[in-house]
This record gives sequence, structure tokens and C-alpha cells, in this order.
Amino acid sequence: MAKHKKSPEQVEYTSFYHDAFVRLKKDKVAMVCIVFILLLAFVAIFASFIAPYDQSYQDTAHVLSGPSAEHWLGTDEFGRDILSRIIYGSRISLSVGLVAEAIAVTIGVIAGAAAGYYGGIVDTVISRIIEIFASFPHILFAIVIMFVLGTGVMNVFIAIGFVGWTGVARMIRAQVLQLKEKEYVEAARAEGGTDLAIIFRHLIPNCLSTIIVIITMEIPSDIMYEASLSFLGLGVQPPEASWGEMISTARSYLRTNPTYSIFPGIALVLTVLAFNLVGDALRDALDPKLKNL
Amino acid sequence: MLRYTLKRLFQTVIVLFGVTLVTFIMVNVVPGDPAAVMLQKKADEATIERIRDQMGLNDPLPAQYLRFVKNAVTGDFGNSYFQKKPVITLIAKAFSITGSLAVWVLLFSVLLGVMMGTLAAVCHGKLADRLIMLVSTLGMAAPSFWIAIVLQLIFGLTLKWLPISGLRQPTAYIMPSVSLGLIYAASIARLTRTNILDAMNQDYIRTARAKGVGEFSVVMKHAFKNAAIPILTYLGTLIKSVLGGSVLVETIFSINGLGKLLVEAIMKRDIPIIQGCTVYIASIFVLCNLLIDLVYGLIDPRIRVANARKE
Repeated sequence: MAKHKKSPEQVEYTSFYHDAFVRLKKDKVAMVCIVFILLLAFVAIFASFIAPYDQSYQDTAHVLSGPSAEHWLGTDEFGRDILSRIIYGSRISLSVGLVAEAIAVTIGVIAGAAAGYYGGIVDTVISRIIEIFASFPHILFAIVIMFVLGTGVMNVFIAIGFVGWTGVARMIRAQVLQLKEKEYVEAARAEGGTDLAIIFRHLIPNCLSTIIVIITMEIPSDIMYEASLSFLGLGVQPPEASWGEMISTARSYLRTNPTYSIFPGIALVLTVLAFNLVGDALRDALDPKLKNL
Repeated sequence: MLRYTLKRLFQTVIVLFGVTLVTFIMVNVVPGDPAAVMLQKKADEATIERIRDQMGLNDPLPAQYLRFVKNAVTGDFGNSYFQKKPVITLIAKAFSITGSLAVWVLLFSVLLGVMMGTLAAVCHGKLADRLIMLVSTLGMAAPSFWIAIVLQLIFGLTLKWLPISGLRQPTAYIMPSVSLGLIYAASIARLTRTNILDAMNQDYIRTARAKGVGEFSVVMKHAFKNAAIPILTYLGTLIKSVLGGSVLVETIFSINGLGKLLVEAIMKRDIPIIQGCTVYIASIFVLCNLLIDLVYGLIDPRIRVANARKE
């Protein structure tokens, strides 16, 4: 039974994602952004080789200096190289999206699929829970979760991931509601497929393009939330470098070294911009129906 | 309509209960004894125990929760541990500040966003459209707290045109509203543009044009009216985001609003304020959403019918 069903599905699948890839490749802006993100990932992974200085190396002769030949983007209040700290900080900004989305998607997909598939009382209860959690402004909720968990990189990731699940759940619920009326679901049920098998083998894989779109659209907000939490002093703690934390510290030295606050911000804007544009392009490529989202 | 209203009211009450429950659970799983926090470790065990008893912290959690809800309904969130004032007084004072800031942010972002979005849609494909889209794309990527700092650097420290902190003069509202509102203005501009462009392709626009209605009238009267509904929907989310985002802007501009109150309470572990602020802000959002939904039900009968059928 598995064999006889698998082959046509497989053909459909590769062609669908292949088509999407072809569409995506035509989008020049998106390709530039993807190259930028890959470059950023490379820099983040090999930060210790690429950064001119260690993130905590203190050049006490140059404290709060502006851009120079030795320190391209200047130094901070301890004489640490700002460029190097931006490079090390990219590690956090890039990983927050991955970890937080892993959490948000896991909770959101399970809750959304269950609500959409079972309907009735299950749907009512889950929908109400989603509504309750969605009632808190994201950043505020993340702040309160940070209060509960305490500061630290991993806790930032958990807080941001937990804040994001309601959005995922809503979209997956809506999609599952449509998909469960499809013939193949009926076929699977007629063949004696259990609810769990239908949800995990048929419904969730068919939501995959939506999930990919959600992930790429949410990563930039996750990066922003991390920067915001660290900016407020509730996220990544010094001496560890994070863009938000750097901008926050730079605030005390606006007069002595004005460029200190500018550079981490530019890094943040460019990264969020790149992810936003790739997200838009991916959404258009994978799911033209979601275009006006 | 009555049925729809009652149903939405009932849902709202459930959600509000949920909000208090989630808040209560969160602040109560935090390790650390509130009585010890309040007395700042200066007191001996017997005193802490007495205070715990007074505060009702020795009661079972469900009893504490019920008391919390019962008091919250009347607007009583207890007293701040450190400021020794009722939380609701502090919240009311902070909210009047955050509220006035939020009104400016909403005005700024909706006006700018709708204007730019309409302009972009009218000039679809032309330079103005591309420029607006480019700026809005950039605007959506720039975090408010960074824009705020850049504005402070330019208009506060260098040009000395605007005050860099507080809200004492009317001009002091400019920088906080712009830095917080820019990202929303950008998303409203895109939303408006997309929806007007969508509407322009509809048959009724063709009919209007065929009737000889002027282009200005076509856009403003016919296309815009239909594009306004998604913008209205966005308003609920917008209010929530502005209340949340004000946390950052208030910190930067030293504005004593709700956000600053909450962040400071978290730093000091002032639990009644944390509980109060969280419940208060979430309730505002829930009630705004209820209002928006009810207004919708009035405007668009399709929505209340669909909602009634869902049962």
C-alpha cells in the first residue's frame, strides 16, 4: 500500500519544490540576499579566524576611538574592537532565528494541526488558548518569560520561541482545515489510517511550504526580539557580544563615540532586511496564494 | 447581532480569565520568596513568615489565584513592594503617558502609511512607487530602538532641535512617535498599496470608470473604501505592538510609561507591578479587539453570519 501511494506523491513533490526553486532563482534581489546571509553565516561560524581581534581583547591605548586603520569600526568603552564584536555578535543573531523557530514551529504545528484536524471541542479549547497567549504583546511576553527563566542566551531563544508559537498554530490550523477535506485524506482514512498517521504522514508534510514560509518570515522578527531583549539588558549579558547589547551600551557614549551605536545597528538592519526580502521571495515562490499576507 | 455580540462577549471573558491565569502562573513559578524580596533580605525568618501570612502567600495557590482574580476585576492589583503605592495608581499614571504616546504613534503611522500606500498604488510601477516601496522595506528592517538613537544623535545632540528625553514639551513627542511608528507606517503603506491595487482590478472599479467617474474619486471613494477593511483589521495588532514596542522607546527617551514601569519592576522583582502591567496591557488589547470585531459586525453583515454559523 505504501509503495503504490508513494511514487506519484514523490513526483509531485520534487516538481513542486523544483518549480519554486526555479521561481526563486529568477528573483535577483532574493539571490543577493541569500548570498549575503550565507556570507554572514560563514563569518559567524569562522568568527574566531575572521575577526581581527578577540571579542574581549582590550586595547587600552584606544578607548572609545572612532574608525581607524587599526580598528576599522573603532573601539568601545573597554578598547574592544567593535568590528570584531559585531562579527561575534552575528552568531547570536543568526542562531536565535533557528532555535526560536524550532521551538515555535514544534508547538505551533502540533497545536494547529490538532485544532484543525479534530475540530469541535479540541479546536475550541486550542483556539481559545492561542487567543489567550496572543493577547500579550510579543516583546512584553518575552520580557516576562525572561523574568521567569532568568537571563542567558539559551533562555532568550526559549522565550522568543515560546512567544512565536501562536502565529504558527493559527496558520497551520487554517491550512489543515482545508487539507483535511482533500481526497487523499479520505483515502488514507478509508485505508484504516489512524488520526496520528494522517496528521503526521499526510497533513503536516502538505503544510511544509507554509511552514517554510512562516519560518523565513519569522526569523527577522526573532532577530529583532533578541536585539530588543538584549538592548533592555534582559537578554544576552555582557561580556558576550550581541548587537542589541552593543547598541544599548553605546547609548552612554553617544557624545564621545557616536559611530559606536551606528555600526551594530547597520549590521542588524542589513541582516533583518536580507531575511525579510528572502522571506517575501520564498513566499511568492512557494505559495502564490499567500502573496498578500 | 445580539447573538453575535453575546458570543463575542463570552469569548472575551474567557480570554481575560486565561490572561490572568497565565500571568499568575508565570510570576508564581519564579524561584524566590516575594516576602523576602520585599523585605530585601534584611528581616529575620519570623518577620518574613509574618509578612508571608499577611500577604496571603501561605495560602494554597488556587486560593491565591482566586483572590488575585477577584481583586483584579475591581482593578486592585495590590501594592508595589518598593513604592508602597497601589499598583493600579502607578499603572493609571503610567498609562496616561503611554496612552498619549500611543495615540501619536498610531496617528503618525496610520496617516503616513495610508498616504504613502495610496500614493504608491496610484503611481504603480513608477518612480514614486518604487521609492516608497524601497523606503518601506528599509523601514520594516530597522528596529525602533536603533532609529531612536540615530534620531537622538542627529536631531538631539548635533542639531539640538528636539529634546532627547522626557515628554515635557509637545515637540518631545516627535522622536519617540517617529522611531516607534516608522515600522508600522511601513507595513501600513505596503498593506494599503496591495489592497488598493487589488481593489483597482475589481469589476466595480471598471464600472465606475466606465460611468466617467474621475480618477481621484475612483481611488478615494471606491478603491480606498474596500482597502480600508484590512487596514482596520491591522489596527488591533497595531495597538498591541505599539503597547509592547513602547517598552523600548520609553526606556530610551526616559518616559515614565507602562513599559518603563514594567521593565523596572522586572529588574527589582516587584511582582504586583509585573502582574498588574501584564494583565492590564493584555486586557486593553483584548478589549480593543472586541470593539473592532463588534464594529465589523455592524459594518459587514457577512462577518457576523459567518461567526454565528461556526458554532
